[in-house]
Amino acid sequence: MEPLKPFSASLVPLPIENIDTDQIIPARYLKVTDKNSLAEGCFTDWRQDPNFILNNPRYQAGHILVAGHNFGCGSSREHAPWALKAYGFQAVISTYFADIFRNNSLKNGLLPIVVDAETYQALLDLAEEAPEAEVHIDLASQTVTLPNGQKASFPIDPFSKTCLLEGIDELGYLVKQMPEIEAFEASHPARVQTAG
Amino acid sequence: MSKTLFEKIWDAHVVSHPPNSPAVLYVDLHLVHEVTSPQAFTELRQRGIKARRPLQTIATMDHSTPTTPRGADGLIPVTDAMAVTQLKTLVDNCNEHGIPVFELGTEKQGIVHVIGPELGLTQPGMTIVCGDSHTSTHGAFGALAFGIGTSEVAHVLATQTLLQNKPLTYEIRVDGQLQEGVTAKDIILAVIANIGIGGGTGHVFEYTGSAIRSLSMEARMTICNMSIEGGARAGLIAPDETTFNYIQGRPHAPQGADWDKAVAHWRTLPSDAGATYDKQLILDADTLAPMITYGTNPGMGMSITERVPDPKQYSDNSQKMALDKALAYMDLQPGQPLLGHKVDVVFVGSCTNSRISDLRLAAEMIKGHRVADGVRMLVVPGSQTVKRQAEAEGLHKVFVEAGAEWREAGCSMCIAMNGDQLQPGQYAVSTSNRNFEGRQGRGGRTFLASPLTAVASAINGVVTDPRTLVAERAFEVTPV
Ligand code: SF4
Repeated sequence: MEPLKPFSASLVPLPIENIDTDQIIPARYLKVTDKNSLAEGCFTDWRQDPNFILNNPRYQAGHILVAGHNFGCGSSREHAPWALKAYGFQAVISTYFADIFRNNSLKNGLLPIVVDAETYQALLDLAEEAPEAEVHIDLASQTVTLPNGQKASFPIDPFSKTCLLEGIDELGYLVKQMPEIEAFEASHPARVQTAG
Repeated sequence: MSKTLFEKIWDAHVVSHPPNSPAVLYVDLHLVHEVTSPQAFTELRQRGIKARRPLQTIATMDHSTPTTPRGADGLIPVTDAMAVTQLKTLVDNCNEHGIPVFELGTEKQGIVHVIGPELGLTQPGMTIVCGDSHTSTHGAFGALAFGIGTSEVAHVLATQTLLQNKPLTYEIRVDGQLQEGVTAKDIILAVIANIGIGGGTGHVFEYTGSAIRSLSMEARMTICNMSIEGGARAGLIAPDETTFNYIQGRPHAPQGADWDKAVAHWRTLPSDAGATYDKQLILDADTLAPMITYGTNPGMGMSITERVPDPKQYSDNSQKMALDKALAYMDLQPGQPLLGHKVDVVFVGSCTNSRISDLRLAAEMIKGHRVADGVRMLVVPGSQTVKRQAEAEGLHKVFVEAGAEWREAGCSMCIAMNGDQLQPGQYAVSTSNRNFEGRQGRGGRTFLASPLTAVASAINGVVTDPRTLVAERAFEVTPV
């Protein structure tokens, strides 16, 4: 994975709570066996509505989604962050995320940024008043900076942060744990065998 | 120190826990299906890695598989070209890595969360993962079971481990006794309506209390299945005699001296007296009524006799917008009752309610009645094993005589990937677990409910309180 650098981008406001992964990418798009063709499916049913925010010309340049709390709930499909990235989003900001979605996003370099309610509101106001305004996101210092200089910090676990900043891939890291895994297996016989 | 069931399983599976990093957690059983695995196998192939423990892994076909009746050749025809590719990819991947796979229509094929328990693969104290959020189902056996993403599927295939931060614990205690016509599905819908679909985020549920203890294994699975709809990663129920009786004699259950050893171990798993949880919810089973959802997430639920809530009651704007949007999608008005609302389709199936006890209950309810004119009812068994059992008991005849469709095993209209789907604007009462916009077909509208409520609504052609029919029928419908 590429190391994640600081970036600036404008916002797309979607202040609805509990947006589930079936909306982000409906199940009929899950029959693909690769990852690349998912942009078309991203929020596709909501995009049928001409008033939906992604159809609004003012927000065409936005690369950061600001969404209501518990974003990404429901199905565990990793196609959700794949689709959001394929569509062009680099980060999603919310007050909190559903667990599996947050995990899946971190593994794909789509930053799930959790901010307090006040910052969340300030970002929505900004998106509403000045769609072209960009916010700056710096993972190293864990900060979101608004154009007026207002800064907010966001939490991230140290391991994911290092992986993202240094482009470390988790599978490679786990493979290096093999001596420990083998030692564990030696004292922990397999509970079941699925064949034979 | 007193430990919870969760802590015991967690501690027994930590391979290592380096500072400032998540734990490396060992996985005892990995379940695989066609939809969330292909990209994981590609990842392995690119790195030249073989599955590390293929025989701690099992694959099945369920999500994109048709459930239409078999052709003259005895095979289930797959007409969707993309599904054909996906199913073939699964077989090729499994063959390449030596992973057993249950192909479409074969003896043991079925929904991934139905087959694990019925084969005796799901056992107390294990860690079980699958690229599917309803892996929480297996927690009914006192196994720590949770859904993972496709990257993590690759991690488990390659190393039999996962990187995990330790979740918090949440006790959900349900005491008392369910009233007639009220079932396990109503308990879990009530829990989710109570805490909201994000309420369990970051937590693992443990269901405790006398009402939970008195449930059958299949009913416990219905409850644990929907833990994810309350935001929790996993749901657990401590193993007891009910659990042991269910497992004993199943194909993969331990036998002879191994059985005694296993049971002795399983008896040490329940949470210790004095163990504490990070959060707690207490419900009284006696006061529960049949539940139904009115909105577009499983937390938008109420007692079947209540009325649709008014978005104006919320001061929080994103909550209000979500309910506004949900009611517009469902074409429902605030204050409207759901009882008597027209129904186009009734779906009995999914990993929540497609086991033999669900089908027995549904058959008992519909016997002597007919599906109302204009209503389509699908009964989709969770696995080929469930299907054979139901047919041996003649349940399929009951359904067909009543005018319902009797299908092959699979996820079917729960996720609408296989051609079984609602038409835009249709209303369904479904025994599945998700009522998200478009989940059962684009523009389709879902009321989630128990199998009893679903069947009662099929009979009357409108949303119906099952208690009215249960009382009138004067036979005892045994709640599951
Ligand atoms: S039945 Fe529905 S919820 Fe269960 S595994 Fe299949 S698609 Fe997922």
